[in-house]
Amino acid sequence: MRQFRFSPALPKTPAFTPGDGLLLLGLVTILYAGTRLAFNAPVVIAGPHISLSPLALPWYALFSVGRMVAAYFLSLLFSLFYGYAAARNRTAGTVLMPLLDVLQSVPILSFLPVVLLSLTTILPEGFAAELAAIVLIFTSQAWNMTFSFYQSITTIPNELREAAAIYRFSSWLRFSTLELPFAAIGLLWNSMMSWSGGWFFLMAAEIFHVGARDFRLPGLGSYLQTAANEANLRAIVMGIASLVLVIIFLDQLVWRPLIAWTDKFKVEMTEGGEPPASWFFGMLSRSWLVKQFRARVRRPFSKWIDGGLRRLSNGKVATPKVIPRSGRPSWTRIVPVSIFAVAALYGIYRTVTLLLTLPAVAWGQLGIGLAATLARVTVSLLIAMLWTIPVGVLIGTNRRWANLLQPVVQIVAAIPATALFPVLLLALLQTANGLNISAIALMLMGAQWYLLFNVIAGAAAIPQDLRHTTNLLRLSSWDRWRTLIMPAVFPYIVTGAITASGGAWNASVVAEYVEFGGQTHTTYGVGALIAQATGRGDYALLLAATLALASVVVFINRTFWLRLYRLAEERYRME
Amino acid sequence: MTAPASLNHDDNLLQLQNVTKAYGREAKRFIAMRDVNLSLRRGEFVCLVGPSGCGKSTLLRIATGLNPATSGAVLYRGQALNGVNPYATIVFQTFALFPWLTVQENVEIALKARRVPPAERTMRALKLIDTVGLNGFESAYPRELSGGMRQKIGFARAMAMEPELLCLDEPFSALDVLSAEALRGELMELWLSKSIPTQAILMVTHNIEEAILMADRIVVMGKNPGRIVANIAVNLRHPRHRKDSAFQTMVDKVYTAVAGETKSEKETLGTAPGQPGEKRMLPDVRLEALAGLLERLSEENGRFDLYRMGGELTLELDDLLPIVEAGELLGFLTVHAGDLLLSTPGQAYAEASILARKEIIAGRVLRLPVIAWIYKTLRSDDNKRVARDYFYDKLQDDFGDLTEKLLDIAIRWGRQAELFAYNSDTGELFLES
Repeated sequence: MRQFRFSPALPKTPAFTPGDGLLLLGLVTILYAGTRLAFNAPVVIAGPHISLSPLALPWYALFSVGRMVAAYFLSLLFSLFYGYAAARNRTAGTVLMPLLDVLQSVPILSFLPVVLLSLTTILPEGFAAELAAIVLIFTSQAWNMTFSFYQSITTIPNELREAAAIYRFSSWLRFSTLELPFAAIGLLWNSMMSWSGGWFFLMAAEIFHVGARDFRLPGLGSYLQTAANEANLRAIVMGIASLVLVIIFLDQLVWRPLIAWTDKFKVEMTEGGEPPASWFFGMLSRSWLVKQFRARVRRPFSKWIDGGLRRLSNGKVATPKVIPRSGRPSWTRIVPVSIFAVAALYGIYRTVTLLLTLPAVAWGQLGIGLAATLARVTVSLLIAMLWTIPVGVLIGTNRRWANLLQPVVQIVAAIPATALFPVLLLALLQTANGLNISAIALMLMGAQWYLLFNVIAGAAAIPQDLRHTTNLLRLSSWDRWRTLIMPAVFPYIVTGAITASGGAWNASVVAEYVEFGGQTHTTYGVGALIAQATGRGDYALLLAATLALASVVVFINRTFWLRLYRLAEERYRME
Repeated sequence: MTAPASLNHDDNLLQLQNVTKAYGREAKRFIAMRDVNLSLRRGEFVCLVGPSGCGKSTLLRIATGLNPATSGAVLYRGQALNGVNPYATIVFQTFALFPWLTVQENVEIALKARRVPPAERTMRALKLIDTVGLNGFESAYPRELSGGMRQKIGFARAMAMEPELLCLDEPFSALDVLSAEALRGELMELWLSKSIPTQAILMVTHNIEEAILMADRIVVMGKNPGRIVANIAVNLRHPRHRKDSAFQTMVDKVYTAVAGETKSEKETLGTAPGQPGEKRMLPDVRLEALAGLLERLSEENGRFDLYRMGGELTLELDDLLPIVEAGELLGFLTVHAGDLLLSTPGQAYAEASILARKEIIAGRVLRLPVIAWIYKTLRSDDNKRVARDYFYDKLQDDFGDLTEKLLDIAIRWGRQAELFAYNSDTGELFLES
């Protein structure tokens, strides 16, 4: 069975660069503009009624999948264009890649209120809610796919690149026979990761309360929330069952076949191990209909595309570009940068004036909130490590356990934590400290799987001869953990934890402020502050909280995690 | 075949005039190749040989227009070359096949890029695959084939372009010995029988016997900076045989030219960091390998033919030359007229015990300006402990991109000589008390 291995896309620069500063300023400006728009949102909004009838479930599932598909294709297009631009053009790359790094560190759900409210002012609210959900899923899917595509394109072996040049490939031919195939496998694995991230946010975004404004979209997420709200156990079970069914269906009918198909794009020249198999892919590739489709539709179509693009590129042959290493900035660079800087400065000015209206008490609250959320994130990560490391090592080093547990783990992991959250609330909200516990539980559920899969992969990668050596040396099990297992798994824990902590921060907005059974429950935390500020229409606080949250996450990533990652790369790599 | 229309005055196909290739800017400028002049006539098969780092492959890429020259002129058929040379193609060392395309698609892609219509594309590709003897494998993927078969596809794809100038970048060095031999034979058959439209071949190789087997002329390059040091015509009749005495003489001649002569001590060692004058990069060699070479040389009474030494140690030129260079740097041996000569310290080292060797090495390594400078810096430090980054920054001006590697080698040699120690966790070099 193939293992997931999440690799965080971390930049090479350890510290902030002036470029980063400029980018952050730009982001602040956009955020400010969004908040301005949100001022004008209607005060009361009531969403459509969500039916709990089982007959509605297929439709709801279809709607949810539709949103996912729309967002996914948007993300794919974005990744291809953005990644390509950044990889082909060095100047563009120096701006685009750091920007992407900042974007992916920012907790996405904290933007939902702003996105949603600003969209409702310019669009009909139903459409705005749909669009906001799609934009939200898009922001959870696009970044890692883009990173993967960019990294693939920039790591194409030199000789393949030279072959494309010496055979005078046009840009389109180079893209379709070299660049895209080379990137395909990475793009696919990241797509799968993005897709599960998308479910997480969709479940949370289908019902969203902002004060008296109640946005609902018909879908599996809203079905589950409504069911939990009404404590309808039958509906909850059915909702989760259909969600799991949809996920398994997509896995078997879309992702597995794609994995089997993309195996031909691997670059290794050796026939290594067992190729990934998919019954559905096998069936398809043997089917008569598919053969006909290929011969009568696909081939003429690709010929038509090739021809069209050829005429478009008009016989221009790509020659390897010589990049002049002139250090002097040209006018073409100065003008857009200065326009951008002026706009950003204006944005900063307006943002600061808005932030200055905030009383000192609010800043204090914000500090406490950040600390509380940080504590929750830390606790959930620690709990996740406590159980995933032993279990992951057990699964990774023991074939029998792996065969037994892996399929179960994969299905359980596929259920988005946000779908289970309403159920969790139903059970825990009545107890003391209930929201606090369920908030940590939600973060844990969102974060633990990244860790578990990485630990499994790390444990499975421990070389056999090292394990034999520890046996021969008769090391005690404590010594074995200390000298072999922990160092070997450490890099994998770090990569898993980076992704996991991102997930946990994201969950805070959903987890700390809940409308349930007609009542509002809150606990201390920056997520709750964001939700409350949105509800009250306190846009200064909203802006401050979102900015503070984003900065803290970027800061922790750049200082703490990046350093650990370097350490892991340098000292504990098994190569 | 193309009619020899341009016989009238000039049958030079390719001309490089004062070609220089440099990387980086001003202070950090690194000259990879200086003032190279080379011309290639129609009907000629030229081989480029030389130690690694002399810029053979770079020269090939300049000739095809893949890499631009920093200065000088590249003329093809008397015209200045602008961009990729449309009459040339390259066969790569690593084959550069597209792993996701079948054998047939890999050959067809060259024709597709040239806008050959699909039907003709398929026909020509099949014929080429047949020519290189791979019929039956049209629908196979490259990873299903052996190295030799993959390179045959590489050749078939290159032939699809019907190139006038065929450039070969160590095309046989990734193959096993027997496949390489077979493929060389097949290429020579095609070339000598003139059954391919190719009019000139330019091949880079580090295998001197291979060059003599195939080429009409061998161009020997030297390094620091890359330049041409010799032009040797090979007038042996085809088919050539390795065991012929004329062949052997030729091999010795080329080896002698490639190895060069040991220069004066001052020139060999270069100057210390921060001092004016040429700097020398340390060869990436393990000192144990040098010890092995010295012992072998001592068994031969201190003098041995360089070419035969390579054969006996089964070392390729690319592997042997850096070891010889290390020996020259440490003053253990000299190269003269294609022979290796063991020096007195070299003799002492070869006969010494393990512990005595450490001492000899420590003394010899300190001859090297870079290591002596590191040692001096460490000794004058109060804590006898200096960060690696400090040395890196100081050396960067002189060594540019090579600094990291230079430091690695210097640290390795210094450790082996027990001159200083290094802690990779803290990134510090220090003197052991």
